[in-house]
Amino acid sequence: MFEITKVDENNPIRFMNWRMHTTILSIVIAILAIASLSVNKLNWGLDFTGGTLVEVGFSQPANLSQLRTVLAENELADAIVQNYGTQRDVLVRIPPRENVESESIGDQLLMILRQNMDEDLVIRRVEFVGPQVGDELAEAGGLALIVAMICILAYVSFRFEWRLALSAVIGLFQDVLMILGIFSLLQIEVDLTILAALLAVIGYSLNDSIVVADRIRENFRKLRKEDPESVINISLSQTMSRTLMTSLTTLVVIVTLFLFGGTMIHGFSIAMMIGVIVGTYSSVFTRSTIVLAFGISRESLMPPEIEKEGEDQEAMM
Amino acid sequence: MLNRYPLWKNLVILLVVLVGTLYALPNLYGEDHAIQISATRGGEVNTQTLQQVESELAANGVSPRGVTMENDQILVRLNSDTEQLAMREALVDALGTQYIVALNLAPATPEWLKTIGGMPLKLGLDLRGGVHFLMEVDMQEALRKIREQMTTSVRDRLIEERIRYSRVAEEGNNVVIELRTEEDYQAAVASLRNQYQGYDFDADASTRTVRLMMTDVQLQETRSNAIEQNVTILRNRVNELGVAEPVIQRQGQDRIVVELPGVQDTARAKEILGATATLEFRFVDTDSDLRDAMEGRVPFGSTLYNQRGGGQVLLENRVILTGDHIVDANTGYDENGRPQVSITLDAAGGRMMSLATRDRVNDPMATLFIEFIATGETRPDGSLEFDRLEEVVSVANISERLGSNFRITGVGSVQDAQNLALLLRSGALIAPIQIVEERTVGPSLGAENVKSGLTAIMAGFVLVLIFMGIYYRKFGLVANMALLTNLVMIVGVMSMIPGATLTMPGMAGILLTVGMAVDANVIIFERIREELKEGRSPQQAIARGYENAFSTIADANITTLITALILFAVGTGSIKGFAVTLAIGIVTSMFTAITGTRAVINLTWGRNKRLSELSI
Repeated sequence: MFEITKVDENNPIRFMNWRMHTTILSIVIAILAIASLSVNKLNWGLDFTGGTLVEVGFSQPANLSQLRTVLAENELADAIVQNYGTQRDVLVRIPPRENVESESIGDQLLMILRQNMDEDLVIRRVEFVGPQVGDELAEAGGLALIVAMICILAYVSFRFEWRLALSAVIGLFQDVLMILGIFSLLQIEVDLTILAALLAVIGYSLNDSIVVADRIRENFRKLRKEDPESVINISLSQTMSRTLMTSLTTLVVIVTLFLFGGTMIHGFSIAMMIGVIVGTYSSVFTRSTIVLAFGISRESLMPPEIEKEGEDQEAMM
Repeated sequence: MLNRYPLWKNLVILLVVLVGTLYALPNLYGEDHAIQISATRGGEVNTQTLQQVESELAANGVSPRGVTMENDQILVRLNSDTEQLAMREALVDALGTQYIVALNLAPATPEWLKTIGGMPLKLGLDLRGGVHFLMEVDMQEALRKIREQMTTSVRDRLIEERIRYSRVAEEGNNVVIELRTEEDYQAAVASLRNQYQGYDFDADASTRTVRLMMTDVQLQETRSNAIEQNVTILRNRVNELGVAEPVIQRQGQDRIVVELPGVQDTARAKEILGATATLEFRFVDTDSDLRDAMEGRVPFGSTLYNQRGGGQVLLENRVILTGDHIVDANTGYDENGRPQVSITLDAAGGRMMSLATRDRVNDPMATLFIEFIATGETRPDGSLEFDRLEEVVSVANISERLGSNFRITGVGSVQDAQNLALLLRSGALIAPIQIVEERTVGPSLGAENVKSGLTAIMAGFVLVLIFMGIYYRKFGLVANMALLTNLVMIVGVMSMIPGATLTMPGMAGILLTVGMAVDANVIIFERIREELKEGRSPQQAIARGYENAFSTIADANITTLITALILFAVGTGSIKGFAVTLAIGIVTSMFTAITGTRAVINLTWGRNKRLSELSI
């Protein structure tokens, strides 16, 4: 039998012994992420800023400097030009304009490119987002993240206990912060697919913490002699091989997605990759540390079960 | 102890898997390149059309995979996309303008699958290629127009009842009516109250003023109507584009989504869709001197307008009729062989026209064309600002009292007549619209996306299968069976649900559920291993492993489901696709990973009383 970790109840891995170190690490990284976010800002994509994006395929490898000159001559000097995927594919971005019929900029650009560069170019993608739509999408995105966290807080509080729920949500916060921090550091574009990735990471990371929380609750009931710290250590050790196994399989599919899924899905898979790694870290260390700091105990996990039994008896009588 | 499922449970599982597989089947057959022919105004698809199409196919030496006539449509299935493009050109020429000849991809699903409702997955625009537009309706303009109409009709009514007023005007959201005498005031209040029942009615006797205002309910209705009207008009215009399976849908308060699969010429599409315009028929003011007006002395009750092609015309302010009463407009030739445009109005429009032209035979009537062009600026409330461009496109003498059907002659060239007819026909919008979002994906990128998405799914899938097989041995193989079934089930369920479309992020979602579906089995198997280590017998370990793992898996999946639902609520287009696949994947994976694997494990190992070891 293959095993990632050998678990022995009498000799669990003492994860919580490192909690000072991991807490400091978490705080330092969080500060770095916030610093990067406030200095570098996020590289907001078209979905949120509004503007025009045109991806074209030339029949020959494209000469970008010539392309830039052509665009500058046609009052499109503010366009950002880059190769996308291959030498022939070019992505042109034009920031939102005031006082112009901006929805036709894409068509104008295509006309200019056909006339001056290559008559046989292939339109691969045109995206235009009006500024008010961009604002709405940004607002809806932020709202989605907050609503997701509140719903999860409510559900986990209902199913488990507020300490576990709050620590789960703080962990999620750390995951999201970390992904955004790295995105701002590397200036990777944040578009709607990143929002999808963030929510998927929230779901994934929560998976992890629920599995751990479930085990913590079970062990508090079962191991009556142990103190909270060792209950958490035992629970983490027991779930360790599942945690690693699932992280590994998920990472495998995300890496294949990154490698084969095409350029449009790159940002999504990068966000997911960071999310899975950070999510695993946060569900092992961050959440357990916080739960312990909140003073979780056997008593805090017991009452709901007793009430339930009482109800059952009444029903029978 | 033994692990057994009752027979019914096994049968139900088998049935669910079979149904899922059955509905996933159509996807194996793929799609044919097809041409879809339907009738437009005045045309009819009948057996004669069918013969014409078939002879045209024969003339081009094309042997189609099938030609069928269904629901007043002819569907020609062809062998390749080049054949499809060539035949479309040929058929457009052969059939003329009374037919819409559209390119389409027709599912090649066999009949027996079709009879049970089997359909292949619907691909989103990012996989199929096509245009997505989000359009915003200018509600302020719609409301302004309605107030204007109200003002006119109030004035008409007061005149008709010989009530003298000093002023009838729009003021903010109100129409304000000021009367000269107490007597007139009383009469006006009685008359207007009767006519404008259901409006906010505010009469002030001391100033002899009446204020009319639309109620919130009426405002809401007006908004709704403006959107509905735009949707109808857009649908007509999209028909002119010849697109198969377009989507035109209201979204939220004042937006409309238009999706045109397969359309590549977005410039033309936009030109036709975005030609926001309204029409008004008005009398030419013949009593006043045009030259005086051009020098700045425009008489009260008239306005000077530019005429298309040069010159100016003085028109009365009173609007006989607005374009929304136009039902149809066609080009033809008059007795002298000159191009003309014949117009059909709805009943109300016919009455108005008849009333207005009763005493005005031989007077000139003008068609005022009003275009709205977005300035790119936004109003303080965030809505878009439009410039109003007004132009007289035709002036014609009224030869007789007009009714629901009349024609405009002397419109210029055939091309001019066609343009005028198109403008009239497309219907005049009550409220202008503007494109606020556009997403076009070319067919090459779409095909590439499908290819890379499939490659990623296959590669990721195979890697996970290998991983599980090595790590959990025979139990891993059971999990792999469940994983494979899960994939088939996702495809089956998505094909079954009419609204579900597969998008690029949706494909990522499928791959992600593969990764996550494994999790359920990992949790169960790890648990079984633990139970074994605690010294339980294999059969007990299996039973307890599943029992203990269940609530954990359920909790974990429900929270993921919550995030998927939220994503569905806020996401648009392709992101919604991601949420849908994620949600479906969670539900199907719960079924396959828990119930499915348990059934297989029970059948394989569960009956063995002397089982001493598990291959896990």
